[in-house]
Amino acid sequence: MAYSEKVVDHFQNPRNVGSFGSSSDVKTRADIGVGIVGAPECGDVMQLQLKVTADGVIEDAKFKCFGCGSAIASSSLATEWVKGRTVDEALQIKNTQIVEELALPPVKIHCSVLAEDSIRAAIEDWKKKNGIAVAEEANAH
Amino acid sequence: MAVKTPIYLDNAATTRCDPRVVEAMLPYFSEKFGNAGSRNHRFGWDAEDGIETAREQAARLIGADAKEVIFTSGATEGNNLAVKGAAEIYAKAPAGQQGRGHIITCTIEHKAVLDPCKRLQREGFEVTFLDPPADGVITAEMVRAAMRPDTILVSIMWANNEIGTINEVPQIGRLCHEKGVIFHTDGTQWVGKMPTDVERDCIDLLSWSGHKMYGPKGVGALYVRRRKPRVRLEALIDGGGQERGMRSGTQNVTGIIGFGKACELCLVEMEHDRERLLKLRRRLEDGLSGRMEVVQVNGHRDRRLPHIANISFGFVEGESLMMGIKDIACSSGSACTSASLEPSYVLKGLGVGDELAHSSLRLSFGRWTTEEEIDYAIESISKAVEHLRKLSPLYDLYKEGVDLSTIEWQHH
Repeated sequence: MAYSEKVVDHFQNPRNVGSFGSSSDVKTRADIGVGIVGAPECGDVMQLQLKVTADGVIEDAKFKCFGCGSAIASSSLATEWVKGRTVDEALQIKNTQIVEELALPPVKIHCSVLAEDSIRAAIEDWKKKNGIAVAEEANAH
Repeated sequence: MAVKTPIYLDNAATTRCDPRVVEAMLPYFSEKFGNAGSRNHRFGWDAEDGIETAREQAARLIGADAKEVIFTSGATEGNNLAVKGAAEIYAKAPAGQQGRGHIITCTIEHKAVLDPCKRLQREGFEVTFLDPPADGVITAEMVRAAMRPDTILVSIMWANNEIGTINEVPQIGRLCHEKGVIFHTDGTQWVGKMPTDVERDCIDLLSWSGHKMYGPKGVGALYVRRRKPRVRLEALIDGGGQERGMRSGTQNVTGIIGFGKACELCLVEMEHDRERLLKLRRRLEDGLSGRMEVVQVNGHRDRRLPHIANISFGFVEGESLMMGIKDIACSSGSACTSASLEPSYVLKGLGVGDELAHSSLRLSFGRWTTEEEIDYAIESISKAVEHLRKLSPLYDLYKEGVDLSTIEWQHH
C-alpha cells in the first residue's frame, strides 16, 4: 500500500514522542492526563499524555505508539493539534479530520478513531484527577 | 559495501525466474508454438516432445516415473485436485449423503488445502484439523492419534510456507501406507530445495509449483502414484482429456518447458544452494538476535527449511517495521499487511501470541541472495526496530518491568 507523504513524514519524523514520566509517576500527577487505547493483540496501542494547566489549557502533549505507520502518524498529528487548545476545544477534534489531513485509506480509518479516542481518554483522565464531571459523550466509541 | 536496493528477501512468495529457464522457454513462444494435442504435424510433435521432456525432468526431481506427473496451473490447483479429487473417488457414501469419510489435515496448512477441506466438510466429509505444537511440527504420532477406521485421506504439508518448519513426512507417509490411507503432501516450499523421493517418503500425491523454484508462474505439477497403490482422482476440469484425463485443457507448453528446466536445475544445484541458504539464514538470525533484545525466531529451532526465517521483534508492529525498511522486500504476519486484517493464522496456531504475530517478519532467501544483502538487512532492520521501540509504549512498560499480560487493555 502506498502511504501519503504526510504519513511518511510523521513516521520518519514523529512529533512530540515521549512521556512526562513513567506510567506509575504520571498516574498520581493531577496536571497530566493519560490516555492509553488499543491492545497489543489487536496490533495497535496508543498512549497520549497531556500536560494541562489548572484552567484547562493543554500546554504540552507527548505520545507513544505501537502500531502501523498510519497509527503512528495519527497519534503524532494528534499531539500537534491538541497543543495550545483548551480541553474542550481538543474534544472537538474528530477522527474524520485526521483521515482528511493524512489522506488515510478506508482500511486505516480505525487508526484515526484510535487517535480521537486517545485524546478523549487523556482528557477524561485529567478531568477525573481534577474532580471535573466527565460528559457522557466521552465514551461514545 | 555496495548493495543494490531494493533487496529481495521474499523468495517464499515467489522467486526470480532463472535466466536459463527463460532461455529454454523462448523457442516455444513463436517457433515451436504448436498445440501438444495436434497429433498430425510437426508443430504439435515439437510441443509434445517438449512437454514429455519436462515431465521426465519433473519426475526425476522427485524420484517418480514420468507417467505419474500431471501438469497443473500451480500448487493451488494441485492441492485442490489432490484433496477434492481423492475425496470424491475414495468417498464411503455418494454425494448428497453424510458420513462420506474422514480426512486429516492441520490448522496451519496453506489456504489452498484448508479451504478445499472446509468445502468437503460441507459436502458430507468429516475433517480433523490437527493443532500444531508450539514448535509447529506435525508428527506421525499426532496423525496416528487422529486416525479412524473411516479415514480416507491425510493431507499434511511437507514444510510450512510462513515459518519453514518441516513436518514428519516420511513417517506420516509410512503410517498412511500401513493403514491403507491416501497421503497427499503440499510440497510447494520443499520440492526443488530439499531431496525428494516419493518412494522412500511414501507419498501418494505431491503438489508443487514452478515459481517457488526459479521457474515461471502459472505452472506446477501434481504427482499421482500409479502403483502400490494406484491412486485415482476425480477430475476438477473436464474437456479434452489431457493429462491422463485428470486435467483437461490445452497444456501451457511454454510454462511447462520452463517448469521442467527449473526442476532440472534444482536437482543439479540443490546441495550447493541448500548449504548456502542455510548459512545465510543462520547469519541473519544470529545477526539480529545478537544486535537486539526480545527477538524471537518462530518455529522449530532446527527442523526448518534453509531459506525461510520468521522472526518476531517484540514491541514493534510488523507493518510499521516494513515501512522502516522500505528497501527490503519481505512479508509480515501483521494484520495490517493482510487482506483479512487478521494477524497470521499460522503464528496464532503455534500459540505465538497475537502481539508477537503482529511483530513478525518473514525473510526468505533464494539462489541470488548474497551475504552482503543479509548484512545490509541486519543493519537496516536493527535501525528500524530501534526507531520504533523509541516510539513504543509497550517497550517502555517492558523496560519498567511491567508484565504486559497483566494489563487490562481497552479492546476495540
